[in-house]
Amino acid sequence: MRFIFKTTYQQDIRMYRHGGDIFWYGLLMLALLVAPAVLDVYYIGELTLMAIFAIAGVGLMLLTGYTGQISLGHAAFFGVGAYTEAVLIEAGWPFLLSFPTAGLLAGAVGVAIGLPALRLTGLYLAIATLAFAFIVEEVLARWESVTHGYEGMPVGDISLLGMEIDMEWKLYYVAIAVLILVMLAAFNILRSPTGRALVAIRDSEPAAQSMGVNLAKYKTLAFAISAAFTGLAGALYAHKLLYISPDAFTIFMSIELLLMVVIGGLGSLHGVVFGAAFIILLPQAIAIFRDELPSMIAEQPGLEAAFFGLILVVVILFEPLGIYGRWLKVKHYFAVFPLYRKATFKRQKSYTRMTQH
Amino acid sequence: MGLVEANNLVIQFGGIRAVDDVSFNIDQGEIYTIIGPNGAGKTTIFNLISRIYDPAAGTITFDGQDITQEMPHRIAQLGIARTFQNIELFENATVLDNLLLGCHRHCRTQFWQEIVFLPVVRRQELEHREKVEEVIDFLGLQHYRDQFVRSLPYGVRKVVELARALATEPKLLMLDEPSSGLNVEETQDMAFWIRDIRQQLGITLLMVEHDMKLVADVSDRVLALNDGRVIAEGSPSSVQDNADVVKAYLGE
Repeated sequence: MRFIFKTTYQQDIRMYRHGGDIFWYGLLMLALLVAPAVLDVYYIGELTLMAIFAIAGVGLMLLTGYTGQISLGHAAFFGVGAYTEAVLIEAGWPFLLSFPTAGLLAGAVGVAIGLPALRLTGLYLAIATLAFAFIVEEVLARWESVTHGYEGMPVGDISLLGMEIDMEWKLYYVAIAVLILVMLAAFNILRSPTGRALVAIRDSEPAAQSMGVNLAKYKTLAFAISAAFTGLAGALYAHKLLYISPDAFTIFMSIELLLMVVIGGLGSLHGVVFGAAFIILLPQAIAIFRDELPSMIAEQPGLEAAFFGLILVVVILFEPLGIYGRWLKVKHYFAVFPLYRKATFKRQKSYTRMTQH
Repeated sequence: MGLVEANNLVIQFGGIRAVDDVSFNIDQGEIYTIIGPNGAGKTTIFNLISRIYDPAAGTITFDGQDITQEMPHRIAQLGIARTFQNIELFENATVLDNLLLGCHRHCRTQFWQEIVFLPVVRRQELEHREKVEEVIDFLGLQHYRDQFVRSLPYGVRKVVELARALATEPKLLMLDEPSSGLNVEETQDMAFWIRDIRQQLGITLLMVEHDMKLVADVSDRVLALNDGRVIAEGSPSSVQDNADVVKAYLGE
């Protein structure tokens, strides 16, 4: 087991805890860098999707996992980001301008829903955000002069610093780069006063308020950041799909996003990536196993949705910390081997993190 | 002029006057205690000063400034910190993070600076960390620094909550039943700390407390309430001997 002897306060602020962190993250970076050279183009596409969902997941994690505000309407921000990007690219904006604009506009929409949501919590907030998502979906479908309605609209290629992003692996690098930036931003938020204020709101609003946290300001801010990150993901998603229509951004996507953060592990940034991998890989796994299943089950419509639901129930019942929680436990098991005690994690509850971030 | 001046405070919940025409005056550097039977309106007065409730009538002045209309989160900015009767900590954060949140009112960095973690943010973090370490030393919490609050026993949580309030560097500290749920030894520690907080840190204290031994031990003045009304005010011994106070606790 590793014991860290702290000698300066900087050690609690740093991004890595010890040399091992640098090594493993370095290795991960290297693997991501060489992936397009090694992997089939199909898998690169899947990795791109994973990165895109993880970007949105970071946004939702900040809101749900860290601020404790549930949202069933994140597909709306995804959609706003995607359509803003598509429209602006069509209007001839450069990617470096249209992409941040997509995020900012989604963020502004996030403020618009965040303000009326200030007085709502729990189930009521879930319903309000859900209703909001339906409104946005309807606007996307009806505002035909801009969005072309259900007909959908094509999305032009990114041209970045004179280079056309027209291949799968190029978009992959863009998505990974954005994911890393978004992760860094989230990490910085979490280790600074704003992040602590968000966690404070999650755990006790009266205490947060009595310590001088402006609840209205920080809740609105949480909605804004969350929506902006999700909007960025939406913009990349538009480029991934090449053709977008309102039915890509429905309630099902909102639920998928929420599943992602819950299954990945609420209150951890690692969990976002695990959750994204899960969300993208599960349909693949189901597709593979479908051939093996008896035709009675395999031919049922809605098999995927049923599986998602089943897994969500199992996770909430048995592993409230999600995949990341399981990962920590496995790590702990090997760290203390052979002294692992069964009761080590007996008192855990949901909404917890065993180590920071 | 006192640090806190409450004038003719009134608040009603439905037909009940929880606080009825209460006035008091807390001097700078004083330990002032509110006592009274259950439902007398003690915590309600705390919540009025914290601005969680709006008074129906009356005014509260803090440090010469009328705070009756302030926003609740502004109260901490003005230098009033409080603890809660049923401990309100950030359960899923470490003791350190809880205390660092106490420094929130001193934060000067903007969000855009934090998102890229500019050197100014780092400096502020280190500055706050040093302040927090002083509080940790003061209350002897070194051992619990990196532990999650949810894993701590009740007595320690109580101290952590006190520490978090101290980390705000308040002028007025309001303690809602600091000894409730503590054993004899822990209550003694609390009494020492309360005196130290006044003497070493020069903080004025306002307490709600039931343990009369602790009250008599540390308080300069005591205010006794019953059914939302003031029935006695004065030194601990004079209030304890007051006929109305005895009647309120023991009946006719």
